[in-house]
Amino acid sequence: MRRFARLRAAVDTKGAPYLFIAPFFLLFGVFGLFPLLYTVWVSLHDWSLIGGNEGFAGLDNYARLVSDAKFWNALLNTLGIFVVAVVPQLMLALLIADTLNRAIRGRGLFQMALIIPYVTSIAAMAIVFSTLFGTQFGLINQVLGMVGIDPVNWRGGRFSSWVAIAVMIDWRWLGYNTLIYLAAMQAVPRDMYEAASLDGASRIRQFLQITIPMLRPTILFTVIISTIGQMQLFTEPAVFDTGGAMQGGTQGQFQTVMMLVFQEAFRYGDYGYGAAVSWVLFWIIVVLGAVNALLARTIKGAP
Amino acid sequence: MRTPGTPYRAARAAGTRPARPSLRTSLTAAAAGGAMLMATACGGGGDGGGGDVTLTIDTFGVMGYEALLEQFEEETGIAVEERNVTDTADYTPQLQQNIAAGSGAGDVVAIEEANIAQFLAQDDRFVDLAEHGAAEMQGDFLEWKWEQGTTPEGKIVGLGTDIGSMGMCYDTQLFEDAGLPTDREEVSALWPTWDDFISTGEEFADAETGAAFVSTIQPYFRAVTSQAGGAPFQNEEGELVLESNEDTRASYDTVVSMSDLSANLPIWSDEWNSGIQNNAFATLPCPAWMLGHIENTAGDAGAGRWDVAAVPGGSGNWGGSFLAVPEQSEHPEEAAELARFLTSPEGQLGAWNEANTLPSSPEALESDDVLEFTRPYFNDAPVGEIYATTAMELEPVYYGPDTQAVDDAFRAALESVEQGQAEPDEAWETAVAESERAAG
Repeated sequence: MRRFARLRAAVDTKGAPYLFIAPFFLLFGVFGLFPLLYTVWVSLHDWSLIGGNEGFAGLDNYARLVSDAKFWNALLNTLGIFVVAVVPQLMLALLIADTLNRAIRGRGLFQMALIIPYVTSIAAMAIVFSTLFGTQFGLINQVLGMVGIDPVNWRGGRFSSWVAIAVMIDWRWLGYNTLIYLAAMQAVPRDMYEAASLDGASRIRQFLQITIPMLRPTILFTVIISTIGQMQLFTEPAVFDTGGAMQGGTQGQFQTVMMLVFQEAFRYGDYGYGAAVSWVLFWIIVVLGAVNALLARTIKGAP
Repeated sequence: MRTPGTPYRAARAAGTRPARPSLRTSLTAAAAGGAMLMATACGGGGDGGGGDVTLTIDTFGVMGYEALLEQFEEETGIAVEERNVTDTADYTPQLQQNIAAGSGAGDVVAIEEANIAQFLAQDDRFVDLAEHGAAEMQGDFLEWKWEQGTTPEGKIVGLGTDIGSMGMCYDTQLFEDAGLPTDREEVSALWPTWDDFISTGEEFADAETGAAFVSTIQPYFRAVTSQAGGAPFQNEEGELVLESNEDTRASYDTVVSMSDLSANLPIWSDEWNSGIQNNAFATLPCPAWMLGHIENTAGDAGAGRWDVAAVPGGSGNWGGSFLAVPEQSEHPEEAAELARFLTSPEGQLGAWNEANTLPSSPEALESDDVLEFTRPYFNDAPVGEIYATTAMELEPVYYGPDTQAVDDAFRAALESVEQGQAEPDEAWETAVAESERAAG
């Protein structure tokens, strides 16, 4: 009995922690790691939706990808939308967070309002925005018409479609990032601002020289999270598109890499190539993440 | 001809029994109408005993099956659940995945004309309906419709439901504003050919009513290519014939020459629907199933505005569907029963009465229910007669396994031309390249 008790104690202290974290790793293994590795396997084959595995192809799918203009177009679109969406979004989030960080009336209410777009269904939101950005009957063009601007074919042009999609992304993520910044700002010691005020530093100067430097790690965190998220951008442009073909506009003006993956795998039935594209996207995200992390270390190390 | 109802009442007992493949096969081989025979042979389950079978039917768009499914449930005691998806562009890829995965598809699935070849190519994933008494139904269908659902080896994969024989819907109010005739006979006489249609469009544009002549040029491509018959996109060996079939390029050239007449509203988009509500365009190619869409979209405000004339070039088909039973179904016997019921002349008439989906059964097409049908919303147009007459003259068209992707590629190309983003030649090249990508 005593031996058993000792054994149980040993299992309790040594085994229990692993047991507690096991559910996550089990689920991750089944739904995360396995598909990830299986994708590599699929990408090395001629693999079609209908016929299944049609033989080993080596790196053929990857070779095709390098010279595939549609892949580069999709990558350009994804990066372009990322820049158009995320740069203004994070800057705006900083400004709003700074405003909310001051003692203003109804702060709690504003904080709640900010998070509402984030909890709204992404597809529902994209449908509403798609209607707003209609060429002839869309509200936005009607408003532009009132101030004498000709209707914009939002889906027709490359930049205009990027802007429309960026608006949807920012609508959803602005509040989320603002709240993260706000939380970080509240951790900045108040006496730093007091000291700066006594020295006669303006609000703008305080913002630039106290808030921003103190928030550096947080800003980098949001940049990394945004990068990972936006490189996989799919739902907004897919719903914004007319028809379900994943073409991303009449000439692929806003076809993102994930849309290309979907088109190849599920519309054209070419699983092998779809898998290769998604695996390359995975590595692009890893590299971008690493660059971010490296940048973070450099900045932290800077005086 | 079968008396409505009876065989299905008789078959009720079959629903209560576990499948007996050997018995079933031998019986079906022995005689036509095997399903009926089997029902008798395995009988004894008694009335009301079929409640333990629930069938699922996957449909898209408007099929008009509500009353029919209730009737089927009442007569057989087999419960049926309908799962409907509006857009085939969403429906078909999902169905394809379920078929490939071997699970998730309904016991009976609807397949659109453009996609039937794709599924015929995977015929081992489907039940041969000939083994369930469908062979005797051949005479119930227009010949080309029957052939579209059957493999070259004679396996019956899909039973025809409706067809998309075409008319041309036009907005009488806008025609009047433009000084064009509004009577459907006179309007039909305006455009015996597509060139006439385009010159009518130019006349309409000159009148400056504020509306465009066509909503988007995209649907005209399907309409014009189908009139040429044959294999416009892909031949039966699965090779793309876009460049070698001169009719296809000629159709494309005809259609892009309508660009200046277009309102540039991408079809099925919210903008396009707003266009219907705001009378932004004067004509729309109208297969029978389109009437319901106009009526639902334009609502009461549009009643009496639209009418139906003949389509330029005489006839043409756009869409239409089939019902098939995937091999993965746990109740193939009952599922085949349901598919046969819905595609029988009576079933097709039921769907016609509910949703105006034009029957593919000559018998149903010639019935008074169709021929004498007028639609009040469209100025009492005798739509039954208009559609049934052209349906009998239709040329069979072969759509290959990659038709959906080819269609999508040309849709993008045609939209890019009408919106002024690409020249016709350039857009053609893009569409051909994209089609090759999909088919390759």
